[in-house]
Amino acid sequence: MSAPLGWLFGGLFVVLTLATLAGRRLVARAGGGGERQATLANLNERIVSWWAMVAILFAAFALGAGATTLLFGLVSFWCLREFTSLTPTPVADHYAVAAAFYLFLPLQYLLLWDRWYGLFAIAIPVWGFLLLPLISVLSGETRDFLPRIAKVQWGLMLAVYAASHAPALLMLEVPGARAGGFGLLAFLLIVAQGSDVLQYVVGKTLGRRRVAPRVSPNKTWEGFLGGGALAVLLGGGLWWLTPFSEPQALGMALAVVLAGFAGGLVLSAVKRSLGAKDWGSMVEGHGGMLDRMDSLAFAAPVFFHLTRFWFAA
Amino acid sequence: MLVSVLIGAMRFLVGGRGRWVGCGPAAAQRIYFANHGSHLDALVLWAALPPALRAGTRPVAAGDYWEAGPLRRRLAGAMLDAVLIRRGAGSDALAPLAAALAAGDSLIVFPEGARGADLLPARFRSGLWHLARDFSGVELVPVYLDNLHRAWPKGTLVPVPVSAAVLFGAPLRLAPGEGKAAFLGRARAAVVALAGMQHPEAVEGASAVAVAAGGGRA
Repeated sequence: MSAPLGWLFGGLFVVLTLATLAGRRLVARAGGGGERQATLANLNERIVSWWAMVAILFAAFALGAGATTLLFGLVSFWCLREFTSLTPTPVADHYAVAAAFYLFLPLQYLLLWDRWYGLFAIAIPVWGFLLLPLISVLSGETRDFLPRIAKVQWGLMLAVYAASHAPALLMLEVPGARAGGFGLLAFLLIVAQGSDVLQYVVGKTLGRRRVAPRVSPNKTWEGFLGGGALAVLLGGGLWWLTPFSEPQALGMALAVVLAGFAGGLVLSAVKRSLGAKDWGSMVEGHGGMLDRMDSLAFAAPVFFHLTRFWFAA
Repeated sequence: MLVSVLIGAMRFLVGGRGRWVGCGPAAAQRIYFANHGSHLDALVLWAALPPALRAGTRPVAAGDYWEAGPLRRRLAGAMLDAVLIRRGAGSDALAPLAAALAAGDSLIVFPEGARGADLLPARFRSGLWHLARDFSGVELVPVYLDNLHRAWPKGTLVPVPVSAAVLFGAPLRLAPGEGKAAFLGRARAAVVALAGMQHPEAVEGASAVAVAAGGGRA
């Protein structure tokens, strides 16, 4: 692990320690108000989960590109499992779903590991797009055919294809990258997740005007603009992890924040159309894995392609 | 050892954590009865019990399927210690179950008798009532296995990863003088009520229909 990444994880350790202490103090000080206590309990659960997520990420980074790719492969697996669990797929699509899990998911991450960019970029949107409806049509069931295949393809595109663009940063050859592909990946993860956290904190404390009350009642203009601005500044302050200059880092962070916000909003709408509040219960306090990955799934391809277009060799 | 591998693979695929809604895990002698949607059902329900209770709890499975090959026979016999019954053998079919209960074992049964394709269980067969009558000291625990019919639907070759849940309801007992149809309807309704906690929209209409049909028959 390079020196900048060492500093980064050291910094995360300090931030989480401070957050843990602050969380405990808030609980100790809070009165008996039920809703406030529940919010604080959830906040503390989230902080404990953050410790676990940072520790797992640290271990993967320390073990190298193979382990990090494998970790994201597992994350995609759990996200796709959550998506499939909430999406009513009939028996007729059983083998299409099986192909998504057992063929396209491993293929996508094997291509990443093999650094085969050409096929990585088209395996799911071209070959998957053509093969999955073919598998479904073999069942002979035509009822709701279009919405059915759309569900399978959308889940695969989101949970596997889009999410895989985060570890895909490891295969970019970027001249002047101060901490290599890992630095770029760390920049993306911290800005996207930091943006979620800061929007949540600012929204909870100052939020009043809702952005889209029917889609996502927790998202407020105050949270979005305040938390988003702080996350852009955070990204600007992390230029030393990347090949970007300071203004470039601010611009890239802005792109990540905007794409991440769009991801959160779109996935809230999908979730609500399926009649659920959370995608699952895997990450204590956060809901499911997809609840934590929704913004990243949108931000990763945007960040990957901007970096690849402007900075890669 | 092999059982742990099997349970690990199953957890990776479908999760299947137990949620004790109507009772807690207890060492009492019990018959767990559940809806049946896939070949994973018995393993998932069994694995949802705390390890201490698994040893004394035996799934009941159809001999015609589970004795058909060496792998299946090994899986059902050596690993899960299943009680195998002959389907369609009439009241004789229950003899191995009665023997296991008399020996103090708890059982896992699927009263529909075969796997179904739906969210809600089909009509219950009468075996459960005979057991309830003959073993009045045994607690009858309704269990709803959520989503397993989607993880591995009847007629497909491989399971797919879909999160499943195991809901344990409040134990039932046969009421004095309660008839077969009334008891079986009540037992099924207990499983349907657990299903309603996961799928309120699907059960509201369905249970109304079931109640109407039951009332009509009585």
